[in-house]
This record gives sequence, structure tokens and C-alpha cells, in this order.
Amino acid sequence: MNPGLYNYWIVIVLMMIGFYATIARGNLIKKIIGLNIFQTSVFYLYISMGKVSGGTAPIVGDGITSYSNPLPHVLILTAIVVGVATTALGLALVVRINEAYGTIEEDDIFSQDQAS
Amino acid sequence: MTELLNVVLLTFMVIVALAAVWLRNLFASVMMMGIFSVLSACTFVVLDAVDVAFTEAAVGAGISTVLMIGTLALTTRDEKTPVRWSVLPLMVVLITGAVLVYGTKDMPRYGDPSAPVHEHVAPRYINDSPAEIGIPNMVTSVLASYRGYDTLGETTVIFTAGIGVLLLLGGYRNRKRQEDEF
Amino acid sequence: MRNQMIPRVIAKFFIPMILLFGLYVQFHGDFGPGGGFQAGVIFAAAFVLYALIYGLDEAKKVARPAVVEALVALGVLIYAGTGVVSLLKGGKYLDYNVLAHDPIHGQHLGILIVELGVGVTVAAVMITIFFAFAGRGQSE
Repeated sequence: MNPGLYNYWIVIVLMMIGFYATIARGNLIKKIIGLNIFQTSVFYLYISMGKVSGGTAPIVGDGITSYSNPLPHVLILTAIVVGVATTALGLALVVRINEAYGTIEEDDIFSQDQAS
Repeated sequence: MTELLNVVLLTFMVIVALAAVWLRNLFASVMMMGIFSVLSACTFVVLDAVDVAFTEAAVGAGISTVLMIGTLALTTRDEKTPVRWSVLPLMVVLITGAVLVYGTKDMPRYGDPSAPVHEHVAPRYINDSPAEIGIPNMVTSVLASYRGYDTLGETTVIFTAGIGVLLLLGGYRNRKRQEDEF
Repeated sequence: MRNQMIPRVIAKFFIPMILLFGLYVQFHGDFGPGGGFQAGVIFAAAFVLYALIYGLDEAKKVARPAVVEALVALGVLIYAGTGVVSLLKGGKYLDYNVLAHDPIHGQHLGILIVELGVGVTVAAVMITIFFAFAGRGQSE
């Protein structure tokens, strides 16, 4: 077993926790929480791929020879802000669903749709 | 030393994520998500990603928590379904996890300087950014200058999200007028 | 909240410092960690704190919703407008080298203006989203 892969296995564990919360829980806010956990695990995967052992943060300084890769940082910075934007939209949709159906549980919403 | 710190932080992150999914009280789950965001910001600092840690701490532990609590105030506080193990999603999750773990066998070792991701474009940015652009923070120079189009698209995405939330939740005045008519 | 004295005093002390820190992060994004996104979120956090302590109506008097919604569009306009200015000066779209007399100064100027546009949009969008969520439960 390669100890250098421990980071990626933790990423997979977190990803699967988020995946389980999204597909197995009926509450809409729980699904959004699961999506957030999934997103954060993907960010961690990209950032840990960009790290160089012995390197520092990618800010130019005197006497530093090795820097970590700045490209994944740029991509993930964009992804974090887009993630919060989509979370805000998802939560706004949850509020409107609650006003229309009176509940945010998936089973109750389906049964209300079947009954009408 | 940083390896030990990494391991401890990651273990805490897994425990907090499990708690956030398991708890039925949604307010407690949202607080667990705040803790999760702060812990992930700490792990980003350990991985030398200081800009990303700054953004994750401000956005995840700040704005995201506030919005979720705002949604809880407008909906319910507890999850209604009893917490029971559902078998089929668990099977799907375990099989997907096993396939992904099998896929990580080919990945380069963590921290390897000769990994493929450090090959083509990144050395050019690191070597030429002080000469061509001249600002110390290489992440800002890549974000605003080398990849300026992506940042323009991202700003447009944030703009669209703001417009979307305004369309969904901003029309309370019309709704009140409709209720008075009925 | 019965005894509101302590949060009010602490908020009055902290809100200007948060705004100042947000401006620092915005304009020192070139030299250390920071930039438009982080500064926009920190700036919006000051307004959210004000709304939490003093009430949503007071916060809407300080940050009028019409002005904030105009700022949402203004930030994107600043960003895209910088590209158009580069086009008018003879370069390609979003080519900062032609913005000043010297490519290095042009890059500095271009990055400064672009990050300002990003910061304005992010701050205004976060304030707008918070006002939308907080104002929803009020007039029902």
C-alpha cells in the first residue's frame, strides 16, 4: 500500500458520504448539504494534486526555488464561488417549494403530486 | 509534522461529514457544515493553497452557513423521515467507492514534483509571470491575466445567480398584493 | 434578544474594521493572498452583520436595494468594458499590454480594474441574496 495515496482515499470516502446523502435522504436541505460535501471533496482532490513536496505557496519571494502549482488553485477558486452561487439558487428553490407544497420532504411532495 | 497535521485534519473532516449526514436536527447539520468548511480551509493551508483557503473560509464558513440558516428559518427545523439504513443506495455508494479506489492505483504519489500536472502550462506560468506581469501573487496573475476569460465567465455566473435568486425570492410584494385580492 | 447592548457595541466597533479589511484584501491581492472574490465576500459580511444586529429595515436604508442591484450589473460591466477598451486601443480583447505606455504597467492597471469589477459584483450579489432570503419571511 502506497502511503502517498492516503489523501485520495479520504477524498473518495468524503465523496461517497456526500453521494449517499444526496441519493438516500429525502429532505431537500439534506440533499444540498450532501452536494456541498461532495463539492468540497472534489476541491480537495484538485488541490492535493497540485502540491509539490518542499514547495511553498505560489507567491514570489526571495530565495524560494520551488513553488506549488498555481493552476489548480485558480480553477478551484472559481469553483468555490460558483458552488456558493448554485447553493444559493438551490436554497431559493427549496424555499419556493416549501411555500407551494407545505413540506420539504421528497416523499410527501411526490404523494401530493400523485393525489392532485 | 505536516503529514501528521494532514492526517488529523482529514480524520476530523470525515467525522464531521458523517455527523452532518446522520443528524436529524437540520440546525445541527448546518453547524456541522460550518465546521466542515473551516476544517477544509485549514487543510488547504497545509497544502500551500492560501488563496483557496481564504476563499473557502470566507465563502463556506460565512455566506453558505448564513444562507442555510436563512432557509431553515423559512422552512422546517427537523428532518421528518426516521433514520433507517436504505440498502440500495448503500450498495450503489459502496460499489462506486470501490471502483474509484481501484482507479487511484495509477495516480501519481502525493507531492511528486514530476507528476503530469506540473508538466506543460504550469512551469511556463511560474517562470514567466514575474517577467511578463510583475506582480508577486502568481494565482492573481493567472486568474486575472493569463486566464482572464474564465474569470469573466465566472463573474457572469455569479451575476446570473444573483438575478435568479432575485426572480425567485424577490417578488414578495406581488405575492402580498395577490393575497390581499383573494 | 432582550439585552442587545453588548452585540450592538461590538458590532459598532467591528463593522468599520471589517470594511477596511475588505478593502485591504481587495487592493493587496497582488502582493499576498486575496483579490476580488475574497474581498467581495468580506465586504458583504459587514453588511450582513449590520442587518443581523440592527434589523433588516435599517440595513436597507444603508444599502438601498435598487443601488445594490445596479452595482451587481456594474461590476460585470467594468470587467467586460476593460476588454472593450483594450480593443479600442488596438490590442485584442482583454489584452492588458496596450492599456498603458508600458506592458508591465498595462498589466498592473488591467489586473487592478478587473479585480475591482469582480469585487463589486461579488459583494453586491451576496448582499442581494441575503436581503432576498431575509426579506421573504417578513411580509407574509
